[in-house]
Amino acid sequence: MTELNYAAPDSLDAAVGMLADAGAGARILAGGTDVLVLLHGDLIEPELIVDIKNIPELTEISVEDGAWRIGAAASGMKLMDHEDFAAAWPGVIEGVALIGSVQVKGRASVGGNLCNASPAADSVPPLIAAGAMANIAGPGGKRDLPVEDVITGPGQTALEAGEMVVSFTFPKRPPHSGDCYLRLTPRTEMDIAVVGAAVNLTLDDGGTCTAARVSLGAVAPTPLLVEDAAAALIGTSVDDAALDALAAAASAACDPIDDKRGTIAYRIKTAGVMTRRAAETALDRARRN
Amino acid sequence: MASILENSGFNPDKELKIVGTNPVKQDGPDKVTGRAKFGADLILPGMLFGKILRSPHPHAVLKSIDTSKAEALPGVKAVVTRDDFPELPPGTPGGDLSRNVMAREKVFYDGHPVAAVAATSEPVAKRALKLIEVEHEVLPHVIDPVEAMQPGAPILHDHLRTKGVEGAEDTPTNIVERLDLAMGDTDAGFAEADVIVEREYDSKPMHQGYIEPQGCVADCNEDDQIEVWCCTQGTHVFRDRLADILRLDSSRIKVMQSEMGGGFGGKTGFYGEPLAIVLSKKARRPVKIVLTRNEVFRCTGPVSGTRSRIKMGCTKDGKIVAAEAELIFQTGAFTGSMFFNAPHAMFTRYALENIKTTAWEVVSNRPKVNAFRAPCVPQIVFGVEAIVTELANKIGMDELDFRLKNAATEGYTTLYGATFGPIGFVETLEASKETDHYRSPVKPGEGRGVAAGFWFNRGGDTTGSLTITPDGSVNIMLGTSDVAGSRVSISMMAAEELGVPLEKVRANFADTSAIGNNRVTAGSRTTFSSGMVIVDSARKAIDTMVERAAEIWGVSPEEVTFEDGHCRPASANVGDFEPLSIKDIASRTSVSHGAIAGHSEMNVTGEGPGFGVHIVDLKVDRGTGRVDVTRYTVIEDAGKAIHPLQVEGQYQGGAVQGVGWALNEEYIYRADGTLDNPSFLDYRMPVASDVPMIDTVIVEVPNPNHPYGLRGVGEVPVVPTLAAIGNAIGDAIGIRPQSLPMSPPKLLELMDGDETRAAAE
Repeated sequence: MTELNYAAPDSLDAAVGMLADAGAGARILAGGTDVLVLLHGDLIEPELIVDIKNIPELTEISVEDGAWRIGAAASGMKLMDHEDFAAAWPGVIEGVALIGSVQVKGRASVGGNLCNASPAADSVPPLIAAGAMANIAGPGGKRDLPVEDVITGPGQTALEAGEMVVSFTFPKRPPHSGDCYLRLTPRTEMDIAVVGAAVNLTLDDGGTCTAARVSLGAVAPTPLLVEDAAAALIGTSVDDAALDALAAAASAACDPIDDKRGTIAYRIKTAGVMTRRAAETALDRARRN
Repeated sequence: MASILENSGFNPDKELKIVGTNPVKQDGPDKVTGRAKFGADLILPGMLFGKILRSPHPHAVLKSIDTSKAEALPGVKAVVTRDDFPELPPGTPGGDLSRNVMAREKVFYDGHPVAAVAATSEPVAKRALKLIEVEHEVLPHVIDPVEAMQPGAPILHDHLRTKGVEGAEDTPTNIVERLDLAMGDTDAGFAEADVIVEREYDSKPMHQGYIEPQGCVADCNEDDQIEVWCCTQGTHVFRDRLADILRLDSSRIKVMQSEMGGGFGGKTGFYGEPLAIVLSKKARRPVKIVLTRNEVFRCTGPVSGTRSRIKMGCTKDGKIVAAEAELIFQTGAFTGSMFFNAPHAMFTRYALENIKTTAWEVVSNRPKVNAFRAPCVPQIVFGVEAIVTELANKIGMDELDFRLKNAATEGYTTLYGATFGPIGFVETLEASKETDHYRSPVKPGEGRGVAAGFWFNRGGDTTGSLTITPDGSVNIMLGTSDVAGSRVSISMMAAEELGVPLEKVRANFADTSAIGNNRVTAGSRTTFSSGMVIVDSARKAIDTMVERAAEIWGVSPEEVTFEDGHCRPASANVGDFEPLSIKDIASRTSVSHGAIAGHSEMNVTGEGPGFGVHIVDLKVDRGTGRVDVTRYTVIEDAGKAIHPLQVEGQYQGGAVQGVGWALNEEYIYRADGTLDNPSFLDYRMPVASDVPMIDTVIVEVPNPNHPYGLRGVGEVPVVPTLAAIGNAIGDAIGIRPQSLPMSPPKLLELMDGDETRAAAE
């Protein structure tokens, strides 16, 4: 019979120490909206649960010279209620807003959504499109990793034993920038993405796209950064031809599976549709700021 | 005196004070605040926790089960397997039921129970399950009913022979029954037709989707007297079937019902209860078993998936002249789909003279199906009403006028032999034409669908009692279940009869030892039937009070009348007596002839059939195939709405369940025959934001066989839904889908295929 122990350290060092000591038997508890479901479903049998919500830097939201930092365990509702962050990164908030019900978002965090490592995680494509960095702490010290490099496969991350994501940092936004995340699900909410599409773009004063990042969820073993799709926008006025090329590049980047949530053909086709729609909204937002 | 079944006393001109109003239902506040006690909520001293070991295979011979290691685990108090159940002959109702709750020779579906454990805690019980060693000989499996019908398909039950087919006696088969029903001459009918439409349809099993998983506590005492607390739509049926499969006298088992967290037909059969009883008997401790959602999806009854071919013809002036259908129903691993409902009901609402139907029931390696609102009917009406709309369109007639032209009326004799009394289909269709919804133009980019439906409604064995307490308040005892507001409606009828405020009347559930037998709460029968016996009981109590008043006044009972809750002299000639209230009379029982009560036991008849029409507007996303339902109106005849809000709730709930079934709900099986989506996350029932407010129109064409004119309203609201949505999608995209669910990938493929065809032309 294994015992389940619970710890709630109040410092990063203490948490990292516990995780390193416990090794594979430890699970991090942030909001618990994945871990507790797995636990009750008998899908995991951890020996130690490390609750990280008492560590101050894990839940802080701050901005320095236009560059935002959000704690990995800050709840979804905390982010959504943070008017300045929400105004700066509406696409990220669109992803966060789709993680379950209000009750679930009252607990669930972006760090947890990333580290659960689902290819369909809703907050991950907009983080990737934003160019966010994951700030990681571990027994070997601190390091930063682009968000697109964190998930390595379904349920798998690049985190080493004892490592944890502490926060995310976002680049400072130039003027005329906009982002958007759209998700396709059969239901309006409480569902898992069949396709998720995030687009983040910047225009110059003349309306030409100078920078773009495009990310897709649920169409491959990991969320994708689709450089060909971004390239279809850069240097254009994001006209119909560019959007067609964007949609085609998004569909071409898909490497999905047939499963209970969608077929290969359906995912490939709708990935283009959703990416195009996300780009249209991101464009509209960029033009308005 | 004529019985209430012969003379209901229905009076359309009676002034009603309580019936027809919307009081807060007595059980409502506890449900809203979470205090209501459901199946999982009972805790008894010394109670153990039961868990069930389930087959990971869809079809296998159970070679051996070794429970010794589980029994040795500290905290484990009992382990049971097939050896702990009486062996009943396979292919009999008891034999099938017994094998469904605990596998015997073979397992027949993913999740089929093979053993159960009772332990001092749930974690210990779960660990014990892992210590049970089961040796399976895995057999080929078959999930699809059409494949299961083919020669060479894996055979589930060696003893099964097709009923209704000559010469089938020697061949093992998965086809349980072939049922042929016909009236008139369809060949002659089709010969008169100017337009004939024939199409094929398929539907998928859909789960009842009750929010409360089945939960029970069984307690077998030292005298082998068994008490079972559970969430059930039929305490007496549970008791009698439990007694049957456990080979006990029914009087040995007392079943008590909890509040109902949704049933919809799915709680007319039991799953964990017999296992909890046998575990309790072995452990001599109370045992609780609460199913997980995973178990609910894998092992409790969905409705039948179907294949159908339907053909209908009409003349160019709009008369439907013939209808034919061939229907296949998958019943899961054991018979019991009630598939006969489909041929009985599918065309019934139109005054057809020529009908021919053939229906098949087929077993396959899936959980045994269970009832769901109008069992086996909505998924077939999906095709019928699509064709009705198509015929109307083809002859250029308004589709409600087309339905009106063919509507059945009083005196029509149905395919199943009943002749309609007063019914309200015409009134329902006319009310539909008058709705703002139907009269408003369809918004650009949207489609509109209309469909109609019918359900028999049911009566049957029902008992109840009503007691006047010494202070003049009233207790009702019911042997049926309250799945949807029957308690408040029945209390309202009793209060109306007795002339007392509703607050004076409380309705209670009787356990099975306290009251005579009741049929399950199903078929839209409970407010009708229990209402009938409680009104009858109230009238008996009134008769007693009249006798007591007569004795007090020294007059004959004929000289006393009862009105507004008081006994009064029938006329001025009787004498000058102050009216006696119920309390005045009831408080004197100890000096007169004892307590005042009425009880009634009857096989209730006279149910009035129900008819409904649904109108739906929706949008289809051309890029993704997603459907957004924008407007929905349900128009239905309730006979008389006792509590109109409860009736509206039935209409709305039926429509919402239909939206899920129509658009997204389906069982997805892996190639190995295991269920891939046993959770609410991936079994996509609609959430609140998926449906608009459902508008309702309550039509009232009274059923004179009932004292207050009511008809059942539980099933009709789901019958037209699938067809109405299918017709609306057809209107929106130009192609009417023939396969359920009409999910985004399927609709996108339909639209893309259409574009490809258009480009080719």
